[in-house]
Parts: sequence; C-alpha cells; structure tokens
Amino acid sequence: MATDRIVGIDLGTTNSLVAFMQGESPVVIPGEDGLNLVPSVVALDERDQIIVGNAARKYLIETPERAVYSIKRLMGRGLEDIQEELQLFPFRLAEDLHAGEVLRITLGKKTFTPPEISAFILRQLKRNAERFFNAPVNKAVITVPAYFNDAQRQATKDAGRIAGLEVLRLVNEPTAASLAYGLDKKQNGIVAVYDLGGGTFDISILKLHDGIFEVIATNGDTHLGGDDIDNLLIKIAIDDILGDANLDVSRNSEVVATIRKAVIETKIALSSESATEMDIELPQGKRYQREITREQFEQLIQPIIDRTVGPCKQALKDAGLKPAQIDEVVLVGGSTRIPKVRALVEELFQRKPHTDLNPDEVVALGAAVQANILGGGSEATENMLLLDVTPLSLGIEVAGGVTDKIILRNSTIPASATQYYTTQIDGQANVAIHVLQGERELAKDCRSLARFDLKGIPPMTAGMARIEVKFLIDANGILHVSAREQRSGKESEIEVQPSYGLTDDQVENMILDSFDFAEEDFRRRQVIEARNEADTILAALEKGKKSPAWGQLTSDEKKKIAKLEKALVQTKGEDDYSAIRTAIDLLNQGTMRLAELMMDTAVGTALKGKNMDEADMGEGTETGHPVARADFE
Amino acid sequence: MASVFVANLFMGNVESNTSSSLTMTGDATATCWSCGTMRAVHFCSACGKVQPPVPVDYFTFFGLSRKLNLNTALLEREFYELSRKLHPDLCARADKREQEWSLEQSSLLNDAYRTLKDPIKRTEYLLRLEGVELEEQSKAATEKARAAGEIKKQVVPPDLLEEVFELNMQLEELRAQKKLGEDDPALVEEIGRQKLELEEKYESLSEELKKYWDEWDRLPGNATEEGRRKVRDKMVDLLNRRSYIRNLVRDVSEVLEG
Ligand SMILES: [Zn+2]
Repeated sequence: MATDRIVGIDLGTTNSLVAFMQGESPVVIPGEDGLNLVPSVVALDERDQIIVGNAARKYLIETPERAVYSIKRLMGRGLEDIQEELQLFPFRLAEDLHAGEVLRITLGKKTFTPPEISAFILRQLKRNAERFFNAPVNKAVITVPAYFNDAQRQATKDAGRIAGLEVLRLVNEPTAASLAYGLDKKQNGIVAVYDLGGGTFDISILKLHDGIFEVIATNGDTHLGGDDIDNLLIKIAIDDILGDANLDVSRNSEVVATIRKAVIETKIALSSESATEMDIELPQGKRYQREITREQFEQLIQPIIDRTVGPCKQALKDAGLKPAQIDEVVLVGGSTRIPKVRALVEELFQRKPHTDLNPDEVVALGAAVQANILGGGSEATENMLLLDVTPLSLGIEVAGGVTDKIILRNSTIPASATQYYTTQIDGQANVAIHVLQGERELAKDCRSLARFDLKGIPPMTAGMARIEVKFLIDANGILHVSAREQRSGKESEIEVQPSYGLTDDQVENMILDSFDFAEEDFRRRQVIEARNEADTILAALEKGKKSPAWGQLTSDEKKKIAKLEKALVQTKGEDDYSAIRTAIDLLNQGTMRLAELMMDTAVGTALKGKNMDEADMGEGTETGHPVARADFE
Repeated sequence: MASVFVANLFMGNVESNTSSSLTMTGDATATCWSCGTMRAVHFCSACGKVQPPVPVDYFTFFGLSRKLNLNTALLEREFYELSRKLHPDLCARADKREQEWSLEQSSLLNDAYRTLKDPIKRTEYLLRLEGVELEEQSKAATEKARAAGEIKKQVVPPDLLEEVFELNMQLEELRAQKKLGEDDPALVEEIGRQKLELEEKYESLSEELKKYWDEWDRLPGNATEEGRRKVRDKMVDLLNRRSYIRNLVRDVSEVLEG
C-alpha cells in the first residue's frame, strides 16, 4: 500500500476531473457540489478572488472580461501560433505582450499565464481530493492529448508544479482511456481509441497483450473538438441575428456568451432529439428563435467531424493495420455522444464502437489506474504496464533550413538519439542547435521547440571538437538534451539553454506564489467559515433579543452578552481565524441561559448547538470561496 | 540570444548516427549495486533493481549474436519482459539514481527494439556496426539538395537507368503541362502505372534482401574479411537501390499530386 495518495487528473478543455483507485477500481472524486465534472472555467470575482468550475460559469455571462474558458488551447503556445484562436475565442491577451513571450491572459486588472490559469483548475481538483481524503494530496498523474507537443506538455507539467502537485507522469488521454478499458475487459487484442473532446482530437491504436498496453501509432489534431462545433453554431446565430434583427452582436461579449450557452444546450439536446429550438434574449427587447433539426445540425458539423478522418487513416497506416484488424474501437470525449460522430467512426473502422464507458470520465479513471501503477500497483493493476509513443518526430535543423529527423513519430518512449557536432572556426566556444518537432521536411514548417546554445566548448582548432549531444524523450514525452565535448581531455558538460516556455525561475516564482495562495486559500476558507458561523449566531441572538426570554435575563447577563456580541462583531471584521473562533465560543457560552429560557418558553429556535445552523442565516453571508458559491449557479 | 557568428554553425553537424553505442561491449560480470549478488545484464536477478546502463550494441543488449534472421515474435516477448523490469513507471518510487538508470536503460531498450524488429533498420544497423557508410546515411544531404531545388546526387542504379531516364522526361512534361494548366490524362495514367511498378519493385527488394541475410548468417565465424565484404556489398547495393526507388516514388507522387 503506497503511503502517498496519487490522484489521476484529466485536465480537459471543457471539463476537468480528479479520480483515484479505490480498492480494485478507479472512481471519480466529486466536488463539494456533488458533481464529478469541474468545468475548466476560471474567473476573478469582484473581490479579485479566484473562482473555478461551476461557480465560475456565471461570470462568463455577467462579467466576461473577468472569466476565461478553454485555456487548454493556449497551453505551450506563442502569440504567433494562436491567431486563429483569437478570432474564435474571447481570450483577452495582456496588452503589453510581445511575440516570443509566454502568453498572458487578462482577468479583471490582473494577468496570468496559461499554466497559471490551468493551475487554478488543478488546485481546485487538488482541494476536492483533499476534502475527500481529509488529507493532503501532493502527487498526481495528469493527462494530456496524445498529440500535444513538447511545449504543450511542458506547460502542463509547469501548471501542476504551480498548483503544488508533483506531476509523476503525463499520460496521453487516449492511452489513459485504454487503461480504464483494459482494466475492465482484460482481453488481448488491438484497440483503437477515438477521443474527440472539447478542444482536441486524438486517435491511438494500441496492442493489449497480457497487461502490456503498447501504443503502436497515434495521431490527432490539438485544435479540433466540441469547441469548434460551438463556434460554428455561434457564428451562424450571429449572422442570423444580423440578418433578421439587423443587430450586430458579434462584439457584445455578454450576448455572445449567452449564445454560446444556448448553442451548447442545443448541441446536447440534438444528441437525443430530432429537433430543438434555440431561444435567446437579445438587447433592445429583441429575441432570436430558431428551430434546428438534427439533420441540419449533422450537415453543419460534417466538415468538422470529417477532419478526424485523416488522422485516423494516418494512424492505421503508421500501425500497418487495416480497419478489419482492429478488435475494438473505444469512444472517449463528450463529443463522441453525437450520433453522427458515432456513425462516422463505425464507417471508418467497419464496426460498432464500444460505448459502455462514460466518455467524460474514462480518461480520469485511466489516469487513476496509471497513478496506482506508479504508486507500486495493486492486485487489480498487477502486470499492467503502459508503453506509449511520441506523437511527433523530433528533428534538428541542418544546413539549408532542412529538418533532419532523429527520433521518428510513434517511437516508443523513452527514446533517445545522439548527434555529433564540431566547430567551424578556431577557438569557437558556442554551437547553436535548433530543435524541431513535426513531420514536415523544412524547418520553417515544423514546430520550433528550442534553440540551444552549446556553450563552454574548450578552445580548439576548427573541426577538432567533438561534441556529443544526446536527445532523450522521457516517459512524459518531454525532451531532455545533454551535451559533452569528448576530445578536450576532460569531458566537460556543456550548458544547454532552452528558449521557449517558462524558465525554471519563473515556474519557481509561480510555485512560491502558489504556496502563498494555497495557504492563503486554506486560511481564507477557515476565516470565511468562521464568519458565516458568527453571522448565524449573531442573527439568532437578534431573534433572541426580541423573544420574551430576553426579558427574563438579569441586566448583568444582558450586559455580558452585549459585551461578547460587540467582541464578536469586531473580531469578525478581522482576518484572524482563531480570534473569531474564540469570540464565537464565548458568545455561545454567554448565551447558554438565554437559549435555555427560549426553549423553556418554546419561543423561536434553539440558540445553541447544531440547531442554530438551521436557523435563518440572514443576509450578508460573505464568502470568497469558490465552493461556497456553487449554489448560486 | 544566439549571435550572428553562432547562427551559421548549423553546418557543424558532421554525423547523423542515431546511436552512440555502436562499438562498445558490455560488462556482464558486475555485481548488483544494491544487494551485491551477481546481476543480470540490465537488472538484478536477485533483488530486481535496475542496474547502471552499460553501453552495448543493440544485438548485445538483447543477448543476440549479429545475425540478420531474427525471430521477431521472440524479440517482442523479450522486449515485453525487459520492459517489465526496466520501465520508469516501475521505478517511480525508487531513488533518483535508479530512476535515472531506468530512464536510460529503457530508452536503450526501446531504441534497440525499434531498430531490430524492422528488417531494413536491422540490416542498416548491422552494416553500420560493420563499419559501412550507407548512402542512406547522407539523407540529410539529400534533403538539403531537395530543399535547394537541386536534383539529388544519388547514383542511379545501372539496371534502372533506362527506366528512370524515361520517367524523368515524362515527369518534366507533366510539370510543364501543369504550369500551363493543361491536362493530359493519358500521361498521368502512364506515370501512375510506372509508379505502381516501382512500388512493386520496391517490395520485391525486401524479399531479395532476405537471401543475403541467409548468406550473411551462414558465414562461418572464421570467415575472411573478403568473404564478409562480398555479402555486405550486396546488401549495401540493394539498400541503395531501395532508397533510390523510394525517393523516386516520392518525387513522382509529388508531381502527380502537386
Ligand atoms: Zn540486487
């Protein structure tokens, strides 16, 4: 039995979940609101407190400039990569942002990097797990789309660290799903996992063999998912509104957010119904109403879901398999609930897909299985081992701007390659290396991962140095580079400086901030809870004062109560948890006789113990804590 | 950050080997760092701990001799068994040092398996171990020439000379037509037919290669360098033809689709 609890986290574009292995099977840990799915929405409330999940959703409509969703689309990406995203999503970039810099998103007056925003979501999941276990949770397995590149993976890992989680492993989402599937089925064979989520699409083909889950090929599109369907329908609605009502709402973020909400409801309804009506209130007392049939819907989304065909065919080709050789197709991701998507999968693989698993939860459940394996395993996971692959080829730029591929896509990870470099000029101390990821032949068409400067080469005549550079992709799919000069006698280590994403120092600083946040969070929650309790007792006291029992108290007793009441009102305004606690206890004791009298005279509610909580809470319940806001939605 | 002076040093790439461990041999006599018993090569057979990696060639890693006929089903089984001992997932709770070794050992395992399970990669790897510089090795140079719009400097295999000459003429013609926006279905069909033929030839070369494998594997342990070189040369020639055809097919596809 592992001493540390390791949780599995699905950090999704639309929803996030945390799960763990309970005995022999993985289970999702619900939030305080009882729901398994935590919407990946982060908002900053009017008091600049971070709100996450369901509670944050209302901010998308009420104060869109203080809320953000689908942040996963920006993870590990630069300004130059996201021009398309900026057209389609209401991301508010910091105004002083420069190309080549890590992105920053504006929420209210503050700015945050995508890893920090993801960290807020992770912290909420961590808290949910801690509340569930009633113990700290510091270790996690986090899932990422299989087709995520190095920078996107690194950003996810950074997010985990910022949230105070040691990320033991990044697991590819479809692979995680296969673990949950395999745990259930315990069968050998070839399985394809078709994962169409909120913002990403992955296809992975695996060979299951006596507990070994060997990924043979993977492919995908990190910018294809339910979001795209939403955006298409939103655009249609906006165009309609302009045409019918002569109203341009495209720049009105509140209306767009309302349309978005309606569109998502429509999409969901059409998975089970043949027609539904969109009905949206517009400014100037106008209204947008439109009936949409499933047939129309399917026609509209066809071009989007057709984009999954290419990656599926490529994965089959890379695996050297025909559709008939696939034993089972597992569907993952909320968008696979759409009947048209299921039909497409059936046509592609010539078989009915396996739909027994909850497509929203299976990835998190699989992450929990992997967490269990990393923690030393249990009877259920004995013999289970995941052998995953790198989704993209790794290359380096050689003369002529050409990519020389050194680790090919679909190589089982960890994987490595060694390259040798020399100097061109006498006494040259640096060599520049440009590392790329992607399948294209020209460097400019691949994703630039990093430009390294090999520094500290000992002075030698040109061509004499022999610098061995080792590229290693670890089990998380993240690249490590190390370099050594071999001919200088001493095998000096050579400094390697990556030039993309957050630096270690930046992450460290964010971690420090997050420690403050985490403690601050906890402290704040305690204070808020104590304040709530104080309000309850003060409200009950007000009632008590109006009751006949009040008249039965001596003036000394009344004075004493008044003193204690004043003390509580005063400490309540401060941020000292234990002071509030003490003042509550004192007032509770001081009002003991009043409570007894009230009970005796059968007037009002009892003034002590649990009953008080059920008494009228009155107004002014202050709360900055996200969980406490869940009821408002 | 990189200075202009540094920027043109991409030329510095002198070799393109994907393995650094071609010529070193293993040390199987060591004892386990953890429990002190004699260890298996990569992990301790007594306590199961992952051992520091010893740089060995891929054949040695799997305890195989340098033969080209290989039972891939057995290799896969061995790969799975070793994965169960060496994979980082199983060392997540071990100390940093053992985790590091596990990472290196399993990357070596994966690299070795990936190379040996594939007939062509296996042959190329063995030839490189034997000190042969394959033309395939100059892939980067070929790509560079392509990027610069030059014709690849690959030598045309003599038996393909006539065919290739003909095909190149037709490709030229098709390119010219496409530029003018003209359409010649007969020419497209003819080129498509030749492409198919090339692809068939490409496949048949794999079969042919297996004959040489047998020759190589049958060589006695005391075979002369001359005898070994003869078989090696045949394989090198075949692989070069193969890579030539592959590049040709790719060019044809580009013109047809472009
Ligand atoms: Zn041992």
